[in-house]
Amino acid sequence: MIIGEQKPFEEIKGLIAEAEKVLVVGCGTCVTVCFAGGEKESGLLATGLRMTTKIDGAAKDVTHTTVQRQCEWEYIDPLAEQIEQADVVLSLGCGVGVQALAERFPKAIVLPGLNTSFMGLPTEQGVWEERCAACGSCILGLTGGICPIARCAKQLLNGPCGGSQNGLCEIGHDTPCAWQLIYDRLKAQNRLHLLMEIQPPKNWSTSRDGGPRRITRQDLRLASEVAE
Amino acid sequence: MDTSTNGFKSGSRLERVLRAGHFAVTAELGPPQNADPEVIRQKARLLAGVVDAANITDNQTAIVRMSSVGAGVIAWQEGLEPVMQMTCRDRNRLAMQSDLLGAYALGLRNVLCLTGDHQSFGNHPTAKNVHDLDSLQLIQMVVGMRDGKCFQCGDAIKGVEPRFFVGAAANPFGDPFEWRPLRLAKKVKAGASFIQTQLIYNVPRFADFMARVRELGVHKDVYLLAGIGPLKSPGMAKYMRDEVPGLDVPDEFVDRMAAAADGIDKEDKKARAAAWKKEGIKVAVELIQQVRQIEGVSGVHLMAIEWEEAVRPIVEGAGLLPRPEPEPILTAA
Repeated sequence: MIIGEQKPFEEIKGLIAEAEKVLVVGCGTCVTVCFAGGEKESGLLATGLRMTTKIDGAAKDVTHTTVQRQCEWEYIDPLAEQIEQADVVLSLGCGVGVQALAERFPKAIVLPGLNTSFMGLPTEQGVWEERCAACGSCILGLTGGICPIARCAKQLLNGPCGGSQNGLCEIGHDTPCAWQLIYDRLKAQNRLHLLMEIQPPKNWSTSRDGGPRRITRQDLRLASEVAE
Repeated sequence: MDTSTNGFKSGSRLERVLRAGHFAVTAELGPPQNADPEVIRQKARLLAGVVDAANITDNQTAIVRMSSVGAGVIAWQEGLEPVMQMTCRDRNRLAMQSDLLGAYALGLRNVLCLTGDHQSFGNHPTAKNVHDLDSLQLIQMVVGMRDGKCFQCGDAIKGVEPRFFVGAAANPFGDPFEWRPLRLAKKVKAGASFIQTQLIYNVPRFADFMARVRELGVHKDVYLLAGIGPLKSPGMAKYMRDEVPGLDVPDEFVDRMAAAADGIDKEDKKARAAAWKKEGIKVAVELIQQVRQIEGVSGVHLMAIEWEEAVRPIVEGAGLLPRPEPEPILTAA
């Protein structure tokens, strides 16, 4: 899932400084599960902003609502009236949610209340780790199900660099060396021969480097939209 | 200049020394963090004639310095053959290939293909890193430009192709330990002709590594230069033991460096520093003598970081002066 982290409170205060009526919009999917922008966090943030702006002597009218998914038109369309009434919309969705709101409601000033961090999973209670970089060309079949694009600091494709020590990456922070993990996994599976093959330069055109990406599935398209 | 007919990859001095069977000596020259050519000239004068070639580092430890191409050309003008280091951190495949063309046109003939230290170590930790290629793929690309006369994309190089003597690094002390000889083999398979290793202090462990390299038969296909570096002080030894990822410095070296200043007044800092440096050079000479006994070691790579003055006494102490003058193959550009 997409993991996000709420921006520092002071930064959020700065973002909404010019507005009087603020609508905080939470999202009920990924950012709810990672406790960054769901119903609960939207409510807490709205309350916090009301209180702090009141104490500061310029109380703002901060309301909040949460939709099931901010990244689909059908879930955000019902927000039209509330958004119309607000000076700014503070989205607690991921970057996709923020942009969906901005795209659907072009007149609205939509601001991000989260930093969208990565695609990952909770490895322990309260700990989330990155697992996928969405490079658009999956090589997990060669690497024992451990991604060196997302998890190696240098995105290496042919084994660990010289900085791998005691299972940790040279960048420190207790970051595991992805290639040590890959090595251990493949060794346990008797598949080390995979590492001896030289992996050619990666085709990054399927990644962000190829420009914004789009997938079109003709079998799923609606005749009415295709005709347009 | 076509050297493909005489069997040489590039005809560089380093390649000719190694091919002739001499025990090679390379060193390292760190370019300055400014645009002063005189810094390179001074360092080059300390090394010319003392070593067969010197690595010109490429934004070493992710700190911005004069480019390895620019500094390499200046070193070459001073009679010191450069080994241009190239890391994958700062450039994509387009920039790397254009730099290779430029470097060759300017007369450079050796290149060392590296991954590069992570930018978080350096003075621009907020930079975006590139890693379009990794070091294995960089080796393949440089070799492909030379032997296949084509760019990485497959397009033919019409006209003069860059013909480099291609090297790579190996860290016998990185983890996983049992993977390191295999990674070296992989680099040789990619086309590397010479290897320079990380600094060696733990000689028995390096010998184990080399035994495995010999089992794989790789030592017959590559010239391996063992990395040796003089310790400057007990503090440096401690720092390298405790803080530098991928280094293995046994306690005995820290103790030996500390003991070197025994009996010298603590206030006499100059005398203590001189005693440490003397000991550091002595240790380096001993290490050279030890690694030289190991089958498959074709030379040494001296890393006297910001201490180029130490190189001559080390090479001399190891009985490796004068340096051989190999038969010329082509005239330097």
